[in-house]
Order: sequence, then structure tokens, then C-alpha cells
Amino acid sequence: MKRFQSLLQILIAVGIGLFLQVLINNGMINPYYAHVMTNMCIFITAAVSLNLINGICGQFSLGHAGFMAVGGYTAAIITKNTSLFVPAMISGQPRFFLATLIGGIVAAFIGLLVGLPSLRLRGDYLAITTLGFGEIIRILLLNWQFVGGASGYFGLKKYTNFTWAYILAIITIVIIRNFIQSSHGRACISIREDEIAAETMGVPTTRYKVIAFVIAAFFAGTAGSMMGHVNRMVSPASFTFMLSIEILLMVVLGGLGSISGSVGAAIFLTFANEALRRFRAFRMILYSLMMIVIMIFRPKGLLGTKEISLHDINKTMTGILTKFKRPVKKDNPVETSE
Amino acid sequence: MTITQQVIQQLINGISLGSVYALIALGYTMVYGIIRLINFAHGEVFMIGAFVGYFAITVLGLPFIAAIIIAMVFCAILGMIVERLAYKPLRKAHRVAALMTAVGVSMFFQNAAIALKWIGASPKGFPRVIEVQRYHIMENVSITSDRLLTMGVALLLMFLLQFIVHKTLMGKAMRAVSLDKDTAQLMGINVDKTISFTFALGSALAAAAGVLFALNYGVVVYQMGLLPGLKAFVSAVLGGIGIIPGAMLGGMLIGIVEVSVSAAGYSMVRDAVAFTILILVLLVRPAGLFGKNVREKV
Repeated sequence: MKRFQSLLQILIAVGIGLFLQVLINNGMINPYYAHVMTNMCIFITAAVSLNLINGICGQFSLGHAGFMAVGGYTAAIITKNTSLFVPAMISGQPRFFLATLIGGIVAAFIGLLVGLPSLRLRGDYLAITTLGFGEIIRILLLNWQFVGGASGYFGLKKYTNFTWAYILAIITIVIIRNFIQSSHGRACISIREDEIAAETMGVPTTRYKVIAFVIAAFFAGTAGSMMGHVNRMVSPASFTFMLSIEILLMVVLGGLGSISGSVGAAIFLTFANEALRRFRAFRMILYSLMMIVIMIFRPKGLLGTKEISLHDINKTMTGILTKFKRPVKKDNPVETSE
Repeated sequence: MTITQQVIQQLINGISLGSVYALIALGYTMVYGIIRLINFAHGEVFMIGAFVGYFAITVLGLPFIAAIIIAMVFCAILGMIVERLAYKPLRKAHRVAALMTAVGVSMFFQNAAIALKWIGASPKGFPRVIEVQRYHIMENVSITSDRLLTMGVALLLMFLLQFIVHKTLMGKAMRAVSLDKDTAQLMGINVDKTISFTFALGSALAAAAGVLFALNYGVVVYQMGLLPGLKAFVSAVLGGIGIIPGAMLGGMLIGIVEVSVSAAGYSMVRDAVAFTILILVLLVRPAGLFGKNVREKV
């Protein structure tokens, strides 16, 4: 039953994706909205992966934009230089796919290098190392002439489309959800709840923290590649600290530890970004105030660790329906996954 | 120019830059020592201090020293307000919540600075308030008067801080609270007041550092707090976080290393140096130079 349930969820996700894609192809959704939706999927990938560190593991990373930059630049170098790293005979979309994958792997490797020294220790060192890392990556890219320095690396082909971004978002959600529900994920949650107690019970805390961090870095890298190939350029200015903050706000808004919350918040904030495009400075002031106020009044984020599942939707829907119809006696649908 | 002269010259430059880092690092280390929070907004207090100094000189036409004092007073009050509004409600909350609030405060100040009409996003030139003279100490080794002033003010403030922490009643309260908050409260120390005072002290030092930094580099901009703040934090970790002399030494060391790297011709990567040092410290000696390995108690 459980397997059926998760299969159903994936089928629904695929169905929604196909439906949206058909709408885009028909021109029912205009290219501008298609672009916004693609961005939404990229931000979902980024926010869900950051939630794995900040929400599930209870650590505090501030360098997500840095990992996105690593992934984005790596992938851009591969798709633009047809002779580098991937044989030239692979071109077009397959090359983009491989480039994204390699971008993710390189980001994960850098994540390992950054995470290992700082996650070994208890306390807030990760926050400052990742913050520093994000800045350093930006400075190095500014000075690296091969990728265009400060002006950015131009002339990428627009490989990213809604389908790619959507597939990546679904893969990210499925993998991270399965990770959380595995014994590894339980170990990570135990670290968040009480690190000393977890260690006493024999949980190798450093190892789990590093695993979660590396997984998150991988997905951040792939999201960076998607972002570069949708904007047709990567530049140090597109991966600033502000980007990390925006992703962090998505995690906070949705709830630290709630994947569905992150997804919802990513969708909402991408919309808000478009709507408030003209008031840039004002927008960031608003976001930072939101962050402070949410933390003071709801330190776990708006949703907390709750998940919105099919079961809940089902329940609300039947709740609404029974108001109109005569009450139907039915068994509680089984939803043991959460 | 011989190697020795070169080394002495770079040491002087490094200590001058390092004394600014040390002033910022003191604020980080005191706040961390007392409430175990990395105050991400500290770099922004440094920026605001620099701007207050800038306006005091350009708009009010005050002399340099008066500008520093005004900036220090302004930021001390600002620091206390921030602590009361943003950090105090979260003192018992989860660590991550407090850190995120600190990041939020930092972002708020940066973006508020951009939004304010008379600050804005573009850099402003800091006036040359003192005549820059070059004093030759020995052959090929010299020091400029603005560097000398920076070092002088920084050292004076550090001595003042040591005096406050070790000789006054409030200093005693600060040390007691950082050692054990609950016991300190049982002994009749007003913990809230002590924490407020610590924020005021740290923010005032950051403000002074901001004005000195602006004097040396001749420019003020809303983003100026980010990298010096980061380097100052590394300084605090290098010296052993929570330890006041550690922050001073750490700041000096970071300054010297950074200047040496620039002098060796790698000015491109000089911002990455502090970060590399942080990673090395975390790998080799996480407690810092002066720190003792403390067991965490449940």
C-alpha cells in the first residue's frame, strides 16, 4: 500500500508536469510565465536541498549560492568548450545533461572539502565557513579571466527548459524525501533534536552531517547549472550572498524541516520576486524583516516540520465535499509514509 | 631595499590594518563569549559607524576625533537597540533561529542603507581629514600619519577595553556572565543589563574601526562591512573565540598575513587568505591559539 501510495504521488507529479508542458507547447502559458515557472523549479531544487542541511540536520549553511556558482560555472565550461571533459561527439541536450551532472559532482566535492573541517566541530562554525566560502568563490570567479572575470561567462545556449527544471525538482524532492525517511535521515533528525544525545546513542554525527551537506551541495550545483543555462550566462553577480539569503528565506518561510513547505515557499517567493521586480531595495528590506519576525515568533518557520501530503489534501477535500453531499462512510485512506 | 627592510615595512602595514580587524574582532568575541551568538550584523555596525563618521565630517564639519566619538556613541545605542529587539526574544530559542535573525538584521541594515537616499548603492569618497605625512623610521622604511593615527586610536581603545573589563564593576559582571549566566544571576548580577552593555561596547569598537578603515581606504560603501567582518571573525576564531587578548592578537596576525600576501604579488587572492586560515585553524586547533579545549557539558 505504501509503495502504491508513493507511486501514485510520483504519477501525479509527472501528470502535472506533462499537463503544464502541454499548456506551454500550446501557447496557453506564454513564454514569460514559462520562464517564471522554470525559475520556480530551479528555486524548489535549491530550497529543498538547503532544507536538508538547515531544516533536517539543524546545521546552518549560508553558502548555497557558492555551490550553485560552482555547479553553474562547471557546467557552463563544459557546454561551451566542446573539447573539454566530455567527448566532443556528445553535444546538444545530452551534453547539457552530463554537464549538469558533473557540475553537481564538482559542487558536492567542494562541499566535502568545506564541510569536513567545519562540521567536525559543534557550534556555528559552518555558518561562517560557508559564508566565507561563498564570498571567496565569487572573488575567485571575478579574477578568473578564462570565464570572463567580472563581466561573466556569456554565450551559453538555452538548454534549460521547463521540462529539465521540473524533472530536476521532482528528482530532488524524491531523493531527499527518501533520504529523510531512511534510517540515515532519522539519524540526521536526531542530530537536529539533540546532538549530544544522538552521539551518546552511537550516531556518527560528523559522518551524517557531512553526507547531508554533500547531498545538498550536489543539488545546489545542478540547480546552478540549470540557472546558468536558462539565463544563457553565468556571472559572479548572479551568485551573490543575496541569492543565498533568498533561498534561506524560502526554507524559513516554508518551515525548517518541511519539504512541502519549502516547495510552497519557493513558488510563492519566485512569484513575489517577479511582482516586486521594480522595488528591488524595498523587496530585500521586506524579506529581511520577514526573516527576523518569523524567527522571533515562529522559530521553526511557518509550517514547522509538518508536511502537507496527499492524505491531508484528501481529508480536506472530503471534508469540503461532505458539506455538500450527504456524509459518506468511508475507511480512512492509508497514508503511513509520513 | 633589503629583505629585512621589506619585512619591517610589511609588518608595520600589517599591524596597522590588523589593528582595525582586531577592533572588530573584539566585538565578535565579546558577544560570542557572553551569549554564544555569532553576531552577523556586526560587520554592518562597522559600516554604519563609518557612515556616521562620514556625515559627521562632511555635513557637520566636525574634526576627526569628534567624528569617531559620535560614531561610537551612535553605534553603541544602535547595538543595544538591536540586541533588545532582535536577539533578546531568542535567547532561549534554538541556535539556528538566533543565527538566522542575525543574518536578517545584517541584510536589513545593508538594504536599508541602499534604500536611504543619502547613502545609496554607490561608493562615496571619505574626506582626507588629516594631512598625510610620511615619517621615515629607517632607510626605506616609513609610516604614514593616517596609519599611525589608526594604530594609536586602536591601541588606546584596546587599553581602555582591558581597563573596563578588568578594573570596573561592569567588567567583572561581564566576565561573570560569560563564565556562567545562571550563577551570575544568582549572585545578583543584572544579566540583561550586562548583555546590553557588552553589545554597546562591541558596537562602539566596531564603529571606531569603521571610521579608521574609511580613513585609510578613502571610501565608504554599503557593502564595506562584509569582508572586514568576515576577516575579523576569522581573527576571533584564530585567537580563540570568547577570549579578548586572543581577538587582538588574531586581528594583528590576519592583518600581517594579508599584507604580506599582497606584497608578495598575490593581491588577487588576498581575500581568500583569511578563509584558508579559518579552515586550517578549524582542522588543526579549533579552540584557537589562546583557547583551552573545553568539554561540552550537558
